[in-house]
Amino acid sequence: MNLSTPKGLIILVVLMFGFGFALVPLYDVFCEITGLNGKTAGQYEGELTTKSNEKAREITMQFIVNKNDNLPWEFAPNQNQMTLALGEQKQTTYRVTNTYNTAAIAQAVPSVSPSAAAEYLHKIECFCFEQQPLEAGEHKDMPLVFFVDPELPESISKITLSYTLFDITNSTAPASDPHKVKKVGN
Amino acid sequence: MSEQTLTIDDHDHHDHGPAKGLLRWVFTTNHKDIGTLYLIFSLTMFFIGGMMAFVIRAELFQPGMQLVDPGFFNQMTTMHGLIMVFGAVMPGFVGLANWQIPLMVGAPDMALPRMNNWSFWILPFAFTMLLSTLFMGGGAPGFGWTFYAPLSTTYAPPSVTFFIFAIHMMGISSIMGAMNIIVTLFNMRAPGMGLMQMPMFAWSWLITAFLLVAVMPVLAAVVTMMLMDIHFATSFFSAAGGGDPVLFQHIFWFFGHPEVYIMILPAFGVVSEILPTFSRKKLFGYHSMVYALIAIALLSFVVWAHHMFTVGMPIGGQLFFMYATMLIAVPTGVKVFNWVATMFKGSLTFETPMLFAIAFVVLFTVGGFSGIMLAIAPVDFQYQDTYFVVAHFHYVLVPGAIFGIVAGVYYWLPKWCGKMYDESLGKMHFWLSFIGLNLTFFPMHFVGLAGMPRRVPDYALQFADFNMMASMGAFLFGTSQLIFVYLVIKAVRSGKEAAQVPWESAEGLEWTLPTPLPYHTFTTPPVIEQK
Repeated sequence: MNLSTPKGLIILVVLMFGFGFALVPLYDVFCEITGLNGKTAGQYEGELTTKSNEKAREITMQFIVNKNDNLPWEFAPNQNQMTLALGEQKQTTYRVTNTYNTAAIAQAVPSVSPSAAAEYLHKIECFCFEQQPLEAGEHKDMPLVFFVDPELPESISKITLSYTLFDITNSTAPASDPHKVKKVGN
Repeated sequence: MSEQTLTIDDHDHHDHGPAKGLLRWVFTTNHKDIGTLYLIFSLTMFFIGGMMAFVIRAELFQPGMQLVDPGFFNQMTTMHGLIMVFGAVMPGFVGLANWQIPLMVGAPDMALPRMNNWSFWILPFAFTMLLSTLFMGGGAPGFGWTFYAPLSTTYAPPSVTFFIFAIHMMGISSIMGAMNIIVTLFNMRAPGMGLMQMPMFAWSWLITAFLLVAVMPVLAAVVTMMLMDIHFATSFFSAAGGGDPVLFQHIFWFFGHPEVYIMILPAFGVVSEILPTFSRKKLFGYHSMVYALIAIALLSFVVWAHHMFTVGMPIGGQLFFMYATMLIAVPTGVKVFNWVATMFKGSLTFETPMLFAIAFVVLFTVGGFSGIMLAIAPVDFQYQDTYFVVAHFHYVLVPGAIFGIVAGVYYWLPKWCGKMYDESLGKMHFWLSFIGLNLTFFPMHFVGLAGMPRRVPDYALQFADFNMMASMGAFLFGTSQLIFVYLVIKAVRSGKEAAQVPWESAEGLEWTLPTPLPYHTFTTPPVIEQK
């Protein structure tokens, strides 16, 4: 690539435009490897790892929720806090109610704080792996099955798992412009 | 540039002047014409952006809601930033480059003259489109010049699509301008002029042009992603669809930080030309100046996240970006040291270009110091999004970038139009600008440290006095720019004939050319003899 000619410079421009887009997957890979940004991984498929003999350390898990765009739905964890041993498999549920008088689709997006704990939180089953269709007025108890890796650093004794609930009914119907539809609704 | 003698072969006398009529300006491929067009465009945008600043400062003259509603206020801050950055500062420097680079390296014109014409003529269309959003339903973009998603995607007014297209066009224009400069500097230097004999202004533009070519495509990519999120149901920046709004900030600032050096490096070059002339000494430390430029440019790619310390970053990331940012103070310090050393024991005179250049060195350093304060991650949590940040970047952009352009225009105007400007008007312009800008931006440090947030149309009562002071300074600064317009028109129409070298001991190829400057110069390359 000869950078003193227009041809070489055009190639550089095209490459840098591509690099802008390449930053999107690079960012995800970077966050997954380093566990930065509190992003949790997808479904855990490995073995349930427990350190035998030693008595496992106990930590506190807190469950909190947020609703995007002041979504008027009811969404709350059925248990706000629990104590569990590292490596111990636990189950909890979240209750969601569609308060609209039409069917809707919800998507929950997780985030972990402190972000260093994200890579040690393994989810075996989570409602956030799938979109959640809800009929008008429907209640649902959505399950979460998880355990915390025994390799969790000593410095972390409390993990907060947050779910933000999004109404993605309009974005899943690509025929309509999501933003225009949303604006009319408001 | 040390120890050179210049021989000009000037036997060519079938010179022809510019074409007649207004269409000359549309079809021109002459670097001098295009340079003039860029500079006039930049000045026009400077006044349009300045009027928006007037609206902002008038609203902030006293606490409470006075003149405009908050939505319009946000549109003003957004458009002021966009127009000043992309419309005033960047085209201003490209205008200086178009005029000066061929003259300074002994080239007959820019390497790609037709592309040069195109890269200018895209700009009026891009900015017409951007400004037209002010008259659209829902108003102009009001999400800040940094257009963070999802404010600029999910919650944006419909005019955002016009904004995106305008950014695309400005980007194409800047990229073409930068390519032209790189190709010219690599291929069209006079025989005998090596890279390390290039004038410092040419060096600063070579580095800037590479920054532009590297990061403007990234800006194009990020606005394209916005466009897709808005219209094609993708989710680059929408968390609900698996995207991440923080990703927007990373990509934006990967462009944005080199961009701030794009706006200051050519000013470094201008000042490095002016200070030696009026100190009657060689530029101190030419080589270290070049290496410092390169070091600043390279470091600018690895410091972007210091703009986003508060979005939530692990301590390791904060430390890395904090130290990398502070490292930039080293090459910048080298440059400031060299400028001071150039003046040290020189035989100084204080003509208008020199006044602007000295003010540049002093006030840019003030802005640099507040930059170091902002680089410290733990205190940045306090300063983030306050008027302290506003004070910081206006100190590096107004007496930095703007003074750089103005100093360059004063310095080279006698060569460009063959007429001398009115020195006492120039001094008046300088002193009123100097007082006005310090009165405007210095109090912003105080209100910022005391906690006044930026981008707000109203504020708490305790900030009232400093804000009134800043507003009065802004009115003074803004109106005194009219002196500059008058001065330039007066010089062009009825100025005294300028000498071939209007400044005692000015060096460089541009001063070997006759005054008034012929329409075509260096049709035969000058021979540079190395001693």
